[in-house]
Amino acid sequence: MELVQILVNGLMAGTLLAIPAIGFTTIFAVLRFPNFAVGGLMAIGAYTGLVANTMGGLPLLATLPIAFMVAGLIGVGSDKLMISGLRPSGPLAAAIGTIALGLLLENALRFVFGNEFRTFNIPPVRDWRFGDLRVPPHQVENATYALVIMAVLFCFLMFTRSGKMMRAVADNPALAGLKGINAVRTTDMATFLGMGLAGIGGVLIGLDVAIDPLIGTRTMLAVFAAAVVGGLGSIPGAVLGAFIIGLGEELALLAVAPTYRTAVGFLAILLILSFRPRGLLGERRY
Amino acid sequence: MENYLIAMTVFAGIYAIMALGMNLIWGLGGMVNLGLAGFYAVGAYTSALVTTKLGLPIYLAVPLAVLVSALVGVIVAVITARLQGDYLAIVTLGLAELVRLTASNEIWLTNGTDGISGVPGPWRGVLSPTAFNSLYLGIVLCIIAVLFLVLSRLAASPFGRVLRAIREDEMIAAVAGKNVLSFKIRTFAVGCGLVGLAGALFAHYSSYVAPDVFQSIVTIHVILAVAVGGVGNMRGALLGAVIVIALGEATRFLAGSLDFIAPSQAAAVRESLIALFLIVVLNVRKQGLLPEKTPVYSEEKR
Repeated sequence: MELVQILVNGLMAGTLLAIPAIGFTTIFAVLRFPNFAVGGLMAIGAYTGLVANTMGGLPLLATLPIAFMVAGLIGVGSDKLMISGLRPSGPLAAAIGTIALGLLLENALRFVFGNEFRTFNIPPVRDWRFGDLRVPPHQVENATYALVIMAVLFCFLMFTRSGKMMRAVADNPALAGLKGINAVRTTDMATFLGMGLAGIGGVLIGLDVAIDPLIGTRTMLAVFAAAVVGGLGSIPGAVLGAFIIGLGEELALLAVAPTYRTAVGFLAILLILSFRPRGLLGERRY
Repeated sequence: MENYLIAMTVFAGIYAIMALGMNLIWGLGGMVNLGLAGFYAVGAYTSALVTTKLGLPIYLAVPLAVLVSALVGVIVAVITARLQGDYLAIVTLGLAELVRLTASNEIWLTNGTDGISGVPGPWRGVLSPTAFNSLYLGIVLCIIAVLFLVLSRLAASPFGRVLRAIREDEMIAAVAGKNVLSFKIRTFAVGCGLVGLAGALFAHYSSYVAPDVFQSIVTIHVILAVAVGGVGNMRGALLGAVIVIALGEATRFLAGSLDFIAPSQAAAVRESLIALFLIVVLNVRKQGLLPEKTPVYSEEKR
């Protein structure tokens, strides 16, 4: 029975992790560099949701689109202002720039909100119990939101013009350019989408734990691990990777102290890079 | 006041050693190590542990720390060297986190977040604080001088030339018959070893290591030092380290003088300024204050 509980917990953790992992991998697919500011934007999203919920009195569901918009806009704005100039000199400079950007955003939050842990204003609900199995209703709710968001994203990428443009650039930037697809607009869109998703991820993960400025940094390794395990640049891969990391983190609790959860992500990265560098669902090896 | 100045110079020296290591990896090799703080911690903890727990003398502990850090570097490089640099960035970033996690949680070994105190320094007991500080500064400066000479020679040597070729275009270097993988792994290992050396020097100077010392801001500082000084220029790395320490202290006074904000806010202002400064430098002056001078081979010379 304990194993079932672990599986349930792992799947729900994976669903939450999938959202920022999709964000990270989308940006990588289109812009071809790891955007480490994802952690900072997760924190921005988490605090946006927190303010909307505790000060604005909005219900949880309403905070998600707000967090998406705010994180997406700040993500694109800061990218245009500080990072886009670095991209021509290669992915290295841009990646380093995004680390500094993430630190900047985190410290801006620290300046305004301080280091204290904060929680959402949500009435506590008794866990659902199925025999020995305990399922907190709000986790199910969060996981459901995450699944709906993934479905919406899937439709956006598959059926809308913008989604197709993004996929075209991700697939072959030169060919997409020949077809008249505006590269700058597409990369901005990818950054907006990716950072917006990171923001939502911040809210959902913040609901599960507590929020402080380092919430993104603490989760970031698991997010990268999900993206790398699934294959950098592959969105279905990021989802699969997130489930694997979520399950792995819960399973690891059987063997090691809870503080080592984050180590699972790192281990998964090392394993996958040693044996299947392009990831489980990645089409290319970068 | 003079002790403060000496201490700051020692810290600048420690940063300079890290900057030299980073410059080798990034400036010459074109690779990235975003987990510098982790390697710094590995060096510091190794040296602190073998001196306090095993009673090894400092002159054996420091080389051991260099070796261990370099070994960790080899492992990371071997796993990622065949892939694009993005993977190295992600893995090194994760490694720093893992090191900090281990340092905070393996209490039996590292004493957790309380850290290890009482790390011995050379003749710390018999000398006055000023004399100890000056002596340590001398040691650090000698090490830097040796490293600087060796690395400058290395950069100008055939080895350095191959590294720059790999940095510019791996494929061409490989076609020219160079074993790209081996060059990258060796360079990364030496760079990481230098960062570990800086960690060991820090441990024996401050006599105290704790996970809090090895935050990712250290990595940002060193990257900033290399970027400001001039990526690929060893002299630039030294200049950059001095500038970064001066900047760090200046922002400390600046944030301290804003007495209407809380201490945690002051810390936030400091880190933001450093991060912002790095972004500005990367955007505005990519080549740094002292740009890399690549040797020109004219026809007459040959």
